[in-house]
Amino acid sequence: MTFSLPHALAVWRRNAAMYGRTWMYNLLPNFFEPVLYLVAIGLGVGAYVSEMAGMSYAEFLAPGLVCVAAMNGASFEVTYNIYVRLTFDKAYDAMLTTPIGPDEVLAGEVLWAMTRASIYGGCFFLVLVLWGLAPMPSAILALPSILLSGLLFAALGIAFTLRVPSIDLFSFYFTLFLTPLFLFSDVFFPLEERLAGAWLWVAELLPLLHPVRIARCAFRGEFRAIILWDVVYLLGLSTALLWWSRSAVRERLMS
Amino acid sequence: MIVRAQGVSKKFDQHLAVEDLDLEIPHGSCFGLLGPNGAGKTTTLRMIYGATAPTSGCIKVFDIDVAKQPRSVRARLGVTLQHNVMIDVLTPIDNLRVFGRYHLLREPELSKRIDYLVDFLELRSHADMPVINLSGGFQRRLAIAMSLMNDPELLILDEPTTGLDPAVRLALWSKIRDLRTAGTTVLITTHYMDEAQRLCDRVAVMAEGKIIAEGAPSDLIATHLKQEAIEIDCDPSEEKKLLALLPNTARTMRAAGRLVIYVDEATELLSSIDAVSKDDRHSRVIRPTNLEDLFLHLTGTQLEGGA
Repeated sequence: MTFSLPHALAVWRRNAAMYGRTWMYNLLPNFFEPVLYLVAIGLGVGAYVSEMAGMSYAEFLAPGLVCVAAMNGASFEVTYNIYVRLTFDKAYDAMLTTPIGPDEVLAGEVLWAMTRASIYGGCFFLVLVLWGLAPMPSAILALPSILLSGLLFAALGIAFTLRVPSIDLFSFYFTLFLTPLFLFSDVFFPLEERLAGAWLWVAELLPLLHPVRIARCAFRGEFRAIILWDVVYLLGLSTALLWWSRSAVRERLMS
Repeated sequence: MIVRAQGVSKKFDQHLAVEDLDLEIPHGSCFGLLGPNGAGKTTTLRMIYGATAPTSGCIKVFDIDVAKQPRSVRARLGVTLQHNVMIDVLTPIDNLRVFGRYHLLREPELSKRIDYLVDFLELRSHADMPVINLSGGFQRRLAIAMSLMNDPELLILDEPTTGLDPAVRLALWSKIRDLRTAGTTVLITTHYMDEAQRLCDRVAVMAEGKIIAEGAPSDLIATHLKQEAIEIDCDPSEEKKLLALLPNTARTMRAAGRLVIYVDEATELLSSIDAVSKDDRHSRVIRPTNLEDLFLHLTGTQLEGGA
């Protein structure tokens, strides 16, 4: 069966229709989280930091938090929400009575997770612009890193969700995977200045590191060749994970 | 033929859910798949609309191989699943809109179709309320409306009236009959024998993944059973006396502490049965034989939730 984009978009529209009814409850907590970090750590702790990597601490923190917002937006969607649709709502069972197939389900969910990542990352970006922490126009170039974060964390989360035996185990994903990424991916301090050379290579494995580096380059208005590697990493790992998930989706929905 | 299944089996790990199934459903008919929970009915349906592939055998729907072209098949059929799948926070109209988009319906056809189905299934009074506030009967009607969004040639109903009150069941049956009259082929699974008897031209009785009998309900009953059934509660000593009274042609069956006697003419036997019994036998029932008796007769098991 060949892939059908219109059917994938129908899956996307299902989620959008549902989100349209509940966006107030969904949006606000996720939106406030990076704002709280920015205020508490950027301004609070930042008052005791004269500069970091050549800029004020709030300026250093801002681009990384954009990617964190996108990561969180996508991650909640593809963990708890997909699990509920899969196990309790049986939404995909209903889709599979229509011309929608497992590939369209997967694609629709990834597109929707990227949309949620864009909503969160985009709203936070807007806060930064109004605050004067996003230097225009160069910071605009950070927007693709929101989409790429959305794609990667959608792919990571889906790969986990399709294989997790119980909803209780998502707390492991958040506490033992996403939280360390959040803390050690160049968001709060420059890894390059804190890690010895050999460890820097290991740090390149961290998924969140890459969109953060792209966003920070954009905010600074500079181009570094390494962001080409970041793009390759983001697209490559996402593609590999989604390819791996294709068969798992088929197995979960069509057994 | 709308559906033609040949030699279809489905194996889950070590468990054979459906075994060597042959099935033909002619255009414009209502076909019933009967059997207790776990008989393989839902798995059979899922294979027919291509949600799962047979381990062996071939299923053609509208003369198209489902395993090869599930999308073309599913574009022309509708399925009401056993459990209602809808978005609780949305209204019936919004749910219908979401489902219509699964079939790539666009405005103005989308709204036209929704309008028609809201009237057809009498959902108008609650059309703008979140689904979560609707009664079970309303939700079931909405589920059927959703499966009709693409104006299907084949409607598949998986236990459409399980758990509904009698009035709602009657109303749904009349809608299903209306659809049939309009030319829709209907495939229904149920473990309510009265439902099958009222709706279906043909039924297939399934047990443990196999079809054990197939035909028109009245033919099946006539072939396998006597015309009337007498049900009595009785203890083993009474049973012995009763059995001695029966003509040779009578058949009996014990089901859940009750004795069922199948005869062609029940009234003749009543006085002698009453003579044996000491009490006034208000538990005694005389009724025409039905598909449930057929099922008991064929499998020797009690149907779960049977009416």
